[in-house]
Amino acid sequence: MSDVAAPVEKPAYRSWFALLRATGAAGVASAVVIAMATLVAALGPALAPDSPFLGQLSYSYVGSIVGHPLGFDGQGRDLLSRLLVGARTSMVGPLAVVVLCVAVGTVLAVSAAWRRGAYDAFVSSGLDILFAFPGILLAILAATVFGAGLVAATLALSIAYTPYVARVLRGAALRERSQQYVAALEVQGASALSICLRHLIPNMLPLIVAQGTILFGYAMVDLAAISFLGLGVQPPNPDWGVMISENQSGVVQGYPLAALSAGICIVVVVVAFNILGERLYDQAQARRR
Amino acid sequence: MLVATLLVSSFIIFSALFIAPGNPIAVLSGGRTLPPESVKILEARYHLDDPFLTQYWLWLKGALHGDFGISIALRENVSTLIASRIGTTAALVLYASVLILVIGIGLGLVAGLRRGLLDTSVLAATAISAAIPSFVAAIVLILLFSVKLTVFPSLGNGRGVFGTIYHLTLPAVALAISSLAIVARVTRASVREEFEREHVQTAVSRGIPSRQLIRRHVLRNAAIPITTIAGITIASLIAIAAVVERAFGLNGLGAYLVAAANSKDFAVVQGISLVLVAAFVVVNLLVDLLYAVLDPRVDLGSRAL
Repeated sequence: MSDVAAPVEKPAYRSWFALLRATGAAGVASAVVIAMATLVAALGPALAPDSPFLGQLSYSYVGSIVGHPLGFDGQGRDLLSRLLVGARTSMVGPLAVVVLCVAVGTVLAVSAAWRRGAYDAFVSSGLDILFAFPGILLAILAATVFGAGLVAATLALSIAYTPYVARVLRGAALRERSQQYVAALEVQGASALSICLRHLIPNMLPLIVAQGTILFGYAMVDLAAISFLGLGVQPPNPDWGVMISENQSGVVQGYPLAALSAGICIVVVVVAFNILGERLYDQAQARRR
Repeated sequence: MLVATLLVSSFIIFSALFIAPGNPIAVLSGGRTLPPESVKILEARYHLDDPFLTQYWLWLKGALHGDFGISIALRENVSTLIASRIGTTAALVLYASVLILVIGIGLGLVAGLRRGLLDTSVLAATAISAAIPSFVAAIVLILLFSVKLTVFPSLGNGRGVFGTIYHLTLPAVALAISSLAIVARVTRASVREEFEREHVQTAVSRGIPSRQLIRRHVLRNAAIPITTIAGITIASLIAIAAVVERAFGLNGLGAYLVAAANSKDFAVVQGISLVLVAAFVVVNLLVDLLYAVLDPRVDLGSRAL
């Protein structure tokens, strides 16, 4: 059946690997950084040389010594171990935000573009109103209602990001909807659901992935900010945002390494996601033309 | 649209905190058990015995008159508490906006109009600084300018106009840095795109002086995407200001909102959230109005208000 439609569909990348190669050296380098961060997040506790929770106050802000290459944080805990274990919470939160808002955003965008009319108008104006809530403000509200924690912050950010995803994807879905292959499939009697799932969404996938990649960086910054405010991940759990907040006093006292190293981790990972996301977005746009 | 957005968001803010677990009376009494008569009096005073929609209506009516109720923790008018802190936040956001508009657009223009080393270095520098969260920028700035160089203070609001500007310089830079980089990148990209369009290239070949060419043909058209991104980033500063205020110990609305969220002081959270959402919506409205000024083809119609 799809043989008839195939010629009008644009050729997809033969593999994700080919797509990655098309993003150039900076794109590949960013992907390597992301893969390494993911590995650390997965293995974190196994890689950590010491406990991220137990410390001795007499070692507060002590610099590098044998067995502790980065030294200690304000509460005398091994800094390297806290950074490695903290990678997990710092990466899992944004991942959950991206998965949730991309999933909900895609469903809303594709269904709105497919049905159009009153349903589209309802979804679009609902999303416009959600735009008025900055992610951090929604997270603060969620923390007030449900208590501070990573789950409330993650859900709040997912809701706040959904309009951004849905707006971009709705435009793309509308363009895709007006393609001839969709009309051809409809004439052949394919159901709306099967056209959307098997043709429309797969064709939008490069754009969806690019959106998710860019939003991962934003989610990481916002979640770390919420943890920095004391409303996200709760100490003593290690998290890069929490580590900056609990070691900020060290900066003023002249021991900046503990806060700075967590900040550098965030910036490196976010730069990688931003660059890769931008390159993937360019690829998705180039394919359209 | 503006009125509908504000109405719906005020409803969301109010009902979210209404369903929150925890009893305001318990906060008022400090956990002690009160005799039923006192509970009745307190319920009547804070309208806790009214049905939900009545409570919402009373709150909204009050809010429109500038009355956000009473802070249960501090036993003071929320409006008074907001009024004493809004200046700091407004000054901080305004200061950061000026930095974003002047430096961000300036850098983007220079990089967009001149190819070469300068362009490449602006591109590389903004790629990194776009990813620097405000609180990371804050600790780096404190380290460099307060601890090492001791030129700027790391804490506090300052007094008088110059004192305020002096004290808010590091916070404003921390708040502005990533938005500034994003605005610079978008400015550069849209200037470059306009420059390569046919009518501009035709104007170049006709020998139109470059100053006039840039002003009338390149900037005029590039102004739309620049306005969009500047509007989005500046509006987002309103919420991020909370993080910067916390990092620099500033006595602003955002820092107070976070404190109120921690102590479950609902009236304060409701009041400040509403003020921040309103500010966010107003900035977006101003950007929409600006589009019509920049591009006469834009028809505002009835959608804006």
